Amino acid sequence: MFASIPAFMAAGSLHAPAALLAFSVTPLAHLSLLDLAVIAIYFGMVIWIGYYLKGQSNTSEEFFMAGREMTAWIAGLSFVSANLGSLELMGWAGSAYQYGILAAHWYWVGAIPAMLFLGMVMMPFYYVCKTHSVPGYLKLRYGQGSSVVAGFSFAFMTVLMSGVNMFSMALVMKVVLGWNMDFSIIVSSLAVAAYVALGGLRSAIFNEVLQFILIWGGALLVPILGLIEAGGWTGFQAKLAHNIQAGLVPAGDYTHMWRSMGHFSDNPMGIHWTGILFGLGFAISFGYWTTDFLVVQRVLAANSLRSARLAPVIGSFFKMAVPFIVILPGLLGLVALTDSNGHLIRLVGENLVTPGSGLHSYNEVLPLMMVRYLGPGLLGLGITALIAGFMSGMAGNVSAFTAVCTYDLYQPLIAKNATDKHLVTFGRVMTVVGVIISIAAAYTVMHAQGIMDYVQALFGFFISPLLGVVLMGMFWKRATKEGGFWGLLLGTLTSIGLWAWVKVDPSALKYVAISPYARDMAENMYRALWAVSVSVIVCLVVSLFTKARPIAELNGLVYGATKLPVEEPVPFYKNEWFWTAIAIVGFLALNIYFW
Amino acid sequence: MHGSKIPIWFFVGILLTVYGAMIFGYGLVEVFTGQTASVVLAHLHAPIWWGGLMLALGLFYSVRFRPGRNG
Repeated sequence: MFASIPAFMAAGSLHAPAALLAFSVTPLAHLSLLDLAVIAIYFGMVIWIGYYLKGQSNTSEEFFMAGREMTAWIAGLSFVSANLGSLELMGWAGSAYQYGILAAHWYWVGAIPAMLFLGMVMMPFYYVCKTHSVPGYLKLRYGQGSSVVAGFSFAFMTVLMSGVNMFSMALVMKVVLGWNMDFSIIVSSLAVAAYVALGGLRSAIFNEVLQFILIWGGALLVPILGLIEAGGWTGFQAKLAHNIQAGLVPAGDYTHMWRSMGHFSDNPMGIHWTGILFGLGFAISFGYWTTDFLVVQRVLAANSLRSARLAPVIGSFFKMAVPFIVILPGLLGLVALTDSNGHLIRLVGENLVTPGSGLHSYNEVLPLMMVRYLGPGLLGLGITALIAGFMSGMAGNVSAFTAVCTYDLYQPLIAKNATDKHLVTFGRVMTVVGVIISIAAAYTVMHAQGIMDYVQALFGFFISPLLGVVLMGMFWKRATKEGGFWGLLLGTLTSIGLWAWVKVDPSALKYVAISPYARDMAENMYRALWAVSVSVIVCLVVSLFTKARPIAELNGLVYGATKLPVEEPVPFYKNEWFWTAIAIVGFLALNIYFW
Repeated sequence: MHGSKIPIWFFVGILLTVYGAMIFGYGLVEVFTGQTASVVLAHLHAPIWWGGLMLALGLFYSVRFRPGRNG
């Protein structure tokens, strides 16, 4: 769910990343010619789109912001698609197999409120001030210092994460299909470089929409057939209860989300409801969905303020539905995965999967379910969905990296008087450079997988403090340049400090998460909560002792100092508030149903 | 999609049409030859209805959003 990086990396150490990739040695699937044709056609299509759109990306506004011409639907689908990576699909399906429906928290409370908040509350300010990026907003609100810090950290981490994902994807293709890793890395990165360099953000967005459709087309059949085999949801629950009673599946509540959250020790994740609600539901998810430029960039490309507000709302409906193709297959694996003799296959932790053991890890549940139900053609479609998920994530990283490098670093620091044409050329070059750095990062990780943990942790350091500073700047007129800078810096240092403390002394987790029963998952949530709290408090205190900007300078940037444009009245079914209300009802209904 | 001659939905339609035709075609071959893939629930002939659904959606989008058509 957290886009540029798989969810387990951003939101918690659900799986050690290197361990996520510990698969069995024998390839899980063998593709037919029909499957290979499906994959080849997909690559042909994405290149065609990039080539076709080349002629429509001549100005910087067109190349970096897709001309701000996207409809709400396109921006909304792209917004969700940039977040839907292949490791995400496989990792969370594995988590659902291991922990049950608790994993859906990362899709519902860990996404929906933040997406709606972005659309309804924050988007007007991002959109009205016509910023090109989130660091760009910081520059307008707090000045160059905060913007450059945020720009450098974002650019660095984004391209590094792109490389980590590239490596991970190549490894997945190797273990699922037996493909050569160099082949996977080179082919997929060349395709992404080609269509983003040619068509810019417009091409990335077009392909993300296409990839979103493919992901659903390729993955949706698995839960449908799984439910048919299990005898529907009721049949699944009955079979699961039987398997638990027979000792085939570890005991636990796999189908309820909140009732085991009363205490850290009551659920296998070792999380308390306060961590889920405030840590995941606020500090992490608001940080990611409202300040990570990777996703915000898609919405900034909308063709009007109403479209920009509606896009995250549209995205929220699809986000609510994603557990159907991710969590449900993982759950169904608990009752459906059987060997040729009809005996239930028990998936195990990655540390138990060794060559010759014949065992499969939790994270293989999705490909195993695909192989179980999908024949020639359909299997190719499923594999294409995984590849598409990877490519949409990588294209998102690269296009956001390019925009931030150009607008927030190159133009203000090096080429202040650059022409529009020069910026577009620089953007195209940076796209290729971004992909090359990603490839280098992928090979670095390949030779030292231990650094993955550090890279992924680094990414999380910046998100929550950034949230605190952006919220203060957007909703408090008194917040000052110094307050923003020190809030961001000390919030980040708090996050790094807490992470290092637990790394050095694991028993410190009981202080960070305020419970001796807390586990790894809880650490990230509470660490994010501490970081956002520190950034807000520091920003508040420093601002009170420093000189605020005149209110007249805050127009378009701060609530209460901005006159928002009045939009044309539309029928209720086109109104963003109406759909937000529907989304809230749907979100509450899902949580109550699976309480 | 404003500002572009070919809407994204046309690309979506083309891809769904091609994939739908391939998968639906394979499903027909399975039915007529009686040789089904060795997957669970093969008797439901998923390639027929899933491929057919993709083909229908793809054709609809290809026609509805074909280049040069307004609205």
